[in-house]
Amino acid sequence: MADVLVVGELKNGELKKISKELTSAARKIADAIGGKVHTLLITDNVDSFAGDLKAVGADAVIGANLGEFSPEGYANGIFAVIQEKKPAVVLMPHSAQGKEYSARVAIKANAGIVADAVGLSVDGGKVVAKKPIYSGKAYANFKVSSDIQMFTVRANSQEVTPKEGAGAVEKSGASAGEVRTKSLSKDLSGGNKVQLADASIIVSGGRGIKGPENWPIIQDLADTLGAALGASRATVDAGWISHSHQVGQTGKTVSPNCYIACGISGAIQHLAGMGSSKYIVAINKDGDAPIFKVATYGVVADLFEVVPALTSEFKKVLG
Amino acid sequence: MKIVVLVKQVPDTETNIKVGDKSINEAGVKWIISPYDEFAIEEGIRIREKSGGEVIAVSLGPDRVVEALRTAYAMGVDRAVHVKVDDYVTFDSTYTSELLANFIKAENADVIIGGRQSIDTDSSQVVVQIAERLNVPHVAMALKLEFDGKKVTATREIEGGTEVVETSAPLAVTAQKGLNEPRYPSLKGIMSAKKKPVDVKKPEELGATGSKLEVVSLEPPPPRIAGRKLEAADAQGFASQLVKALREEAKVI
Ligand SMILES: Cc1cc2nc3c(=O)[nH]c(=O)nc-3n(C[C@H](O)[C@H](O)[C@H](O)COP(=O)(O)OP(=O)(O)OC[C@H]3O[C@@H](n4cnc5c(N)ncnc54)[C@H](O)[C@@H]3O)c2cc1C
Repeated sequence: MADVLVVGELKNGELKKISKELTSAARKIADAIGGKVHTLLITDNVDSFAGDLKAVGADAVIGANLGEFSPEGYANGIFAVIQEKKPAVVLMPHSAQGKEYSARVAIKANAGIVADAVGLSVDGGKVVAKKPIYSGKAYANFKVSSDIQMFTVRANSQEVTPKEGAGAVEKSGASAGEVRTKSLSKDLSGGNKVQLADASIIVSGGRGIKGPENWPIIQDLADTLGAALGASRATVDAGWISHSHQVGQTGKTVSPNCYIACGISGAIQHLAGMGSSKYIVAINKDGDAPIFKVATYGVVADLFEVVPALTSEFKKVLG
Repeated sequence: MKIVVLVKQVPDTETNIKVGDKSINEAGVKWIISPYDEFAIEEGIRIREKSGGEVIAVSLGPDRVVEALRTAYAMGVDRAVHVKVDDYVTFDSTYTSELLANFIKAENADVIIGGRQSIDTDSSQVVVQIAERLNVPHVAMALKLEFDGKKVTATREIEGGTEVVETSAPLAVTAQKGLNEPRYPSLKGIMSAKKKPVDVKKPEELGATGSKLEVVSLEPPPPRIAGRKLEAADAQGFASQLVKALREEAKVI
């Protein structure tokens, strides 16, 4: 059998969208190579998510209780499920956590892996993964030649298409095993807001906002849209906001459906992090700013006037 | 303490990339050390400055990567090793990690440090794969590292914040921006780096089993949908047009 195993992700007890994106992508692969889709969730409460995953193609929804996140513990548990299910293809999220455990899982399973794929297709029974390289200046297509083909996949890069799977619910006995890194404490003070990595809308501010006292203008728009707050490196280097908001080459790579850049010039290093966004809106008073070369919608105007007007307009239509 | 730092040479972001069939055209490309690996080199040197020992810089790639190793020498590493492979091999993280892990195993290193990702392939795989191959713990996205003998306390970036973890050497670490400020090589360092030896290792010597990735093709990035600049008399006009475009045309909000 040429089954596909998806590792899904939860956040604060809720199913992340990437879990459905990967299950849907797995369904297409499994249909092409003739196999089943198993979606694994790290939870002791798998029943509550089974319906959602069945609706996008999961034949089996597996719950494994591996406790608090640790890359080693998750890798041990996921590998145990791989040994049991013997999938031909494994899809994992290219999330903060996924990047860490996927590397260990690949070695345990003696598999080749393509990380940060944005496109998945099938050719001659093998998955072809497409990924941007060299800051998005080229795209590479790879096949994995080992028995198990592994991929980590960028959030928002896969369509979610309804297609009913068998949806059987299973509980796995896999355990975290030995973990040699102990978590002493966590500081999640920036944690309640929408996270950049999987946000479907991002509103970002650049040096054009003039100073840290003006973030509320950008944040208001973000809050109105349920969007994550991004920033250019210039604002981070100036100390206006923490590095965790930085988008770009030396910040986060994002692929939202909509990226709204306010007062950002569009330097190549910034584009490297957001260039694959589906729709890009640029608000910049300099009509020659490079950001307009990639913007779907360009607004040549003062952000201090346009952004608040946009916020109140959205408030009106979104209620 | 024996510290191995992993140094990857990548095209400078500003450089023009010409896409060939299965690799890029290297003519005119400016090569740099991947920025996160600079944090790794700096951290390695700082650990040695505190705890004594030796820092070994390793770079995997074709002949040109020796330049990156010279820079590492100029910053202050003690030894440099070049694992000589064709550039496309560096697309394959499992092959790369196998070659490097086999080298590091023989060195019996206490700490392995690399960047959180290299800026050409952005895979974030090699260092953690090495940890798995060497059967040691790892700390990813490190912002702070403190050693107390074998015991290591680290602060690292996680989604939405930071985490303090405790583990022990031997271990592997990936460096995130904020870990330190990399030093500039001194002129004296640059001069003496030119004469220092670079040890060359071939894949056969390192006993790796081979690549698990096939490069099917490279292609230029997909063209972006032609954008348009909105026309309006005032901010209110822009706002209502944008809302309309995003809701009715793009259907994203
Ligand atoms: C190794 C390296 C890595 C880097 N990594 C990153 C990275 O990860 N992310 C990143 O962002 N950058 C990165 N950079 C920096 C990058 O090169 C640019 O310097 C940076 O992106 C510029 O930020 P900015 O667009 O906010 O500022 P600027 O380039 O100063 O642009 C500000 C823009 O605001 C506009 N503006 C000003 N006032 C207004 C107003 N009232 N209304 C509307 N528009 C206004 C201006 O017209 C201008 O276009 C990196 C650089 C290097 C060398």
